[in-house]
Amino acid sequence: MVGHQGITETFTLKSLTDEEYLLPGNAACPGCAAVMAMRIGLKALGPRTVLIVPACCMSVAQGHYPKTPSKVPVFNTAFAASAATASGIRAALEMKGITDVNVVCWAGDGGTADIGIQSLSGAAERGDDLIYICYDNEAYMNTGTQRSSSTPEGARTTTTITGKAERKKDVPGIMMAHRIPYVATACASYPLDFANKLRRAVSIKGTRYIHLLSPCPPGWRYPSEKTVEVGRLAVETGAWILYEWTGGRCRLTGPSSGLADRSRRRPLEEYLRIQGRFSEADPSKIEAMKKRIDEEWEMILELCKG
Amino acid sequence: MIATGNHAVAYGVKAARAEVIAAYPITPQTQIIEKLSEFIEKGEMRAKFLRVESEHSAMAACIGASACGARAFTATSSQGLLYMSEMVFWAGLGSFPVVMAVVTRALAPPWSIWNEHTDMLTQRDAGWIAIMCESVQEAYDSSIQAFRIAEDRRVKQPVMFGLDAFSLSHTSERLELIGQEEADAFLPAPEGGWKVIDFQDPTTYGNMAGPERMMEIRHSIMERVKDSARVIEEAASEFSRISGRGQAGLVEEYRTSGAEVILVVVGASSGDAKDAADALRDEGIRVGVARLRVLRPFPAEKIRAAVQGCRAVAVVDRDYSFGSGGIIGQEVASAIGAKPFNYIAGIGGRDLSVADFSGIAKDAISRAEAGEEGREIWWGIKG
Repeated sequence: MVGHQGITETFTLKSLTDEEYLLPGNAACPGCAAVMAMRIGLKALGPRTVLIVPACCMSVAQGHYPKTPSKVPVFNTAFAASAATASGIRAALEMKGITDVNVVCWAGDGGTADIGIQSLSGAAERGDDLIYICYDNEAYMNTGTQRSSSTPEGARTTTTITGKAERKKDVPGIMMAHRIPYVATACASYPLDFANKLRRAVSIKGTRYIHLLSPCPPGWRYPSEKTVEVGRLAVETGAWILYEWTGGRCRLTGPSSGLADRSRRRPLEEYLRIQGRFSEADPSKIEAMKKRIDEEWEMILELCKG
Repeated sequence: MIATGNHAVAYGVKAARAEVIAAYPITPQTQIIEKLSEFIEKGEMRAKFLRVESEHSAMAACIGASACGARAFTATSSQGLLYMSEMVFWAGLGSFPVVMAVVTRALAPPWSIWNEHTDMLTQRDAGWIAIMCESVQEAYDSSIQAFRIAEDRRVKQPVMFGLDAFSLSHTSERLELIGQEEADAFLPAPEGGWKVIDFQDPTTYGNMAGPERMMEIRHSIMERVKDSARVIEEAASEFSRISGRGQAGLVEEYRTSGAEVILVVVGASSGDAKDAADALRDEGIRVGVARLRVLRPFPAEKIRAAVQGCRAVAVVDRDYSFGSGGIIGQEVASAIGAKPFNYIAGIGGRDLSVADFSGIAKDAISRAEAGEEGREIWWGIKG
C-alpha cells in the first residue's frame, strides 16, 4: 500500500480485531450483505465511531427501541439528511475539542443517490470531515424493492416489472467530480478489501466516500446462503468494479485489478442467472448491459492511466 | 445602540454563545446569519458556521450538533421553514434543544416577501415552544431567553421565536444589550453536559419504537411542553431582574382592566393595537389589548383571565387556515369557550395601522351591541 497517505500496513484476517461492535440478534434479513459489511466495517473503524443512519434497511435491521445491536453510538436521522446531520455532529465535536472520532454515514442507495444526494453534495463541497458509506442494494429494499436511480439497467423491481430501462447512476463518479480526497467502491463479498479502504479513509481528513455493493436476497431474488457468491460474481463478471480514487489517482483493487482485460472476466450471464431480478432480460437487453459495463470499464481504466 | 430586529437577534445569539450555526439564506431573514457570520469571521464569536445547501440540511445539522451537547441555532422564513419542516418535527419529536428565529413571511404562490404569520403557525404541532416578538428589544431579549428555556431540564425541547417581516426584521429601534458576564450567568452550560452521542455510554438514538412505546414518548413531550409555561415565566422574570427591563411572559395585558372590547394580537403590530387602545380610551371607549407572546404552549388560562368580563373579544389573525378560519382565533375560541370576532387582516403584508385597530375595536363593539355571535371578518378586503 505504499503511496497512500499514512498507510503503513493492511488488514489481514488475523489483524482485524476479534472485538464485535455489531452484535448478533439484529433484525436484518437472513443473508443481508449490508449487515455483514457493517460488522466488518465497525471492526475497521473502531469504537470511537458514530454512525448516522437515515431511513433505510438499517433503520429496521437495528431492531426496536430500547434494544440495539450496536456497541457504537448510532444516530437515526431523516431520509434526506444523513450528510447534513453528520456535518452538524462534526461541527459540534470540533467545538468540544473532540478530534479522535470517526463520523460515519451509513446510508442506502435511495438515501444516497436519490433523496439524500443534495445534502451529500453539500457536505462534500464544504469538505466536511466525514466518511460516507453507501451500501447499495440497488433498489428501495426497505419498502419492498422499488426502483432507485441506483438500480441497474434490466433489473426487475416492483415499479419496473419488465426491467429498468435506464442505466445505473454513477454516484462514485459524481463524488469524484466534487474532488474530495477519497472515493472508493467495495463489495460486501470482499470484506478485507472493504476494511482496508475504510482504513485508508480513516487516515485522510475531509469528505470520504465508499460505495459498497450489497447483494440482497429478497430484492435480487436469490437464496439467502448465496449472498457472498452473488457479490463475487458481480465483481468477477466485471459488472461491479472495485477501485479507489485518491488524490486524483485511481487504481483497481481486489479481483478487479486482474480484470482489465475483458477476456479474463466471467460471462455476465453467470451473474444474471443466479438472480431472479434479471429474468426479463432477453439476449438483446443482455448485450446492451454488456456494452454499458464495457463503457464503465473504459472510463475507470482511463482514470487509472492518471 | 440602534439596531434592526434581525441584528438584535444576531447580538442575542452571540451573547448566548451558540456553538454551531447552520443556515441558508432567505429574505427577510438573511441579515441575521450575515451578522453572525461576520461575528465569527472577525473572531468576535467562537462558533462553527455551516453554510449549508438547504434549510432541511440547516435543521439536520443543528439536530446533529445538539445531539453532541452543542448549543445550536438557525434562522429561516416562509418557504425555507416549510422546506425545513420534516426536520423541524425531527427536532421537536426528538427533544433537541435547538433555537431558531423565524422571520414570518407569506407563502407563495404568488411570490411574496411580505409579512404574514401562517408560515410559523404551520409548525405549531411540532413540539416546539413558539414565541412571537413585539419589538427589536424583545427580539434580542427573547433570543437569549430561548436558549435558557430550551435547555432547562424540565423542558429539553426546541424553541422558535418569530419576528414580523420588515416591520420588525428590518426596522431600526433602540436596543440595550446585556453584559457578557450577565448573559453567561443567565445561561449556564447545560447541566451534566447533556448529550445523546456519548462514546462512554453509546446509545442508539431514534430507532424503531413500536405502538407499545410511542404513546409514552409523546406523552413525555406533552408534559414538558406544558410545563415549559412555568419555565418561560421564570426566564422572563429572571431576565427582567438582570436587564432591568420588564418582560412579557406568556401574555402581555395592556389596559385590559374594565375594557369592553379586548383586542387579542400577536407580534410587531401589537404596538399599533396599544396606540389604538390609548386613542379610543381618550374618546371614552374602553379598549384593552392582550398580546400573545407565547403561542406554544398556548396560554389558554392567561387569555381566559385577560378577556374575562369584556363584552367583545376581537382576535386579529395575520394568518389563515383554509376551511377553518384564523388560527389564533380558533385557539382563543377553544380557550374561552366561545367564538370571538375573528378579524383576518394584514395578509401578505397588507398594512395594519393604528386606524385599522381602532376600526376593528369599534366594529367589534357595534357587533356585540347588535347581539351578533362571534364570526370571521376579512378586514379591509377590497370588493
